[in-house]
Amino acid sequence: MAKTVVQEFTKGLWAEIPPFRLVLGLCPTLAVTKSVENGIGMGVATTFVLVCSNILISLLRNVIPKKVRIACYIVVIATFVTVVELVMQAYAYPLFLKLGIFIPLIVVNCIVLGRAEAFASKNSVVPSLADGLGIGLGFTLSLTALAMVREVLGNGTFYNIPVFGPSFQPFAFMVQAPGAFVCLGLMLCIMNILGKK
Amino acid sequence: MTDYILLIVSCIFVNNILLMQYLGNCPFLGVSKRMETAVGMGMAVVFVLVMAGAITWVVNTYLLKTFHLEYLRTLAFILVIASLVQFVEMFLRKSIPALYSGLGIFLPLITTNCAVLGVCLINIMEEYSFVQTLVASFSYAVGFALALVLFAGVRERIILARVPRPLQDTSIGLVTAGMLSLAFFAFKGMV
Repeated sequence: MAKTVVQEFTKGLWAEIPPFRLVLGLCPTLAVTKSVENGIGMGVATTFVLVCSNILISLLRNVIPKKVRIACYIVVIATFVTVVELVMQAYAYPLFLKLGIFIPLIVVNCIVLGRAEAFASKNSVVPSLADGLGIGLGFTLSLTALAMVREVLGNGTFYNIPVFGPSFQPFAFMVQAPGAFVCLGLMLCIMNILGKK
Repeated sequence: MTDYILLIVSCIFVNNILLMQYLGNCPFLGVSKRMETAVGMGMAVVFVLVMAGAITWVVNTYLLKTFHLEYLRTLAFILVIASLVQFVEMFLRKSIPALYSGLGIFLPLITTNCAVLGVCLINIMEEYSFVQTLVASFSYAVGFALALVLFAGVRERIILARVPRPLQDTSIGLVTAGMLSLAFFAFKGMV
């Protein structure tokens, strides 16, 4: 039992790491990875929603009627997203402004709904918690990695600290929309090469 | 009048929902492998987005604002969209079967298309009037359909090309989307 819980947790970190292995939740991935700070903030917010919704849905899995399950999941997820929204507005206002529209949009992040449907609705509470935590942490890691590449190249900074000398010319393409697509595509390619070995 | 033309141009091209605002990327990569599915999805989004934009505007103005319930916006909007999609699906199946068979399979997917919820939220944030909301929702949806169809056209060609193994499928798709996004970048100076 203990072993399987660990497995559920670790699969989110490599074997099913979103959004590389599980190609879901691309919109926030592309949009918020302009800087490492935003990437981590978004990752933590999504992880919180993922863990809470997984726990609640797993507790309610025998009560929710099958026909209206998607609607029920969405209500559960939207509730936790509202919680995150209000908490961030109160305690992390600058980050709240930067992430803007993408906080309410966690509701329609396919990762959250996907885990609810594919995992939490079929498993008991503890594995669901482990699954949510693992996938959430994996998502945070991917966002941070992508944000690191984009921020260092596009802005010459890491977590708002300059890494290159003053003579560095920022590679502005990377922090713009096209750079996001190309960068994610190339990282996916690297993951494919690494995964093969 | 000029205001509306500017609004339309900026929503379709300059702030293209897919390539510039990064909304709705899951269907963008998911259904763009064939031209017919891309057209079907594009039509379905235009259809739902205009209705969703109008209804959420009404809900926000007359329900949430009147009772000071703005903090429930996310919850209210997603419920409106989910039930709207369900209604549209049932209505089409009963009354216009021809259209249903064309759009049918794409409709359920729209609930979790972040472009729909995203545009509804943008409309509220920009404090558009009702007419502006209608125009903006329609233009954003047209922009979505346009980008999707263009991308599907490119992707149909990529199948014929010899792509290195690790780059295949989603990976090359994203890089191509980047190039398309770069092309749309040229519109930035227009407005």
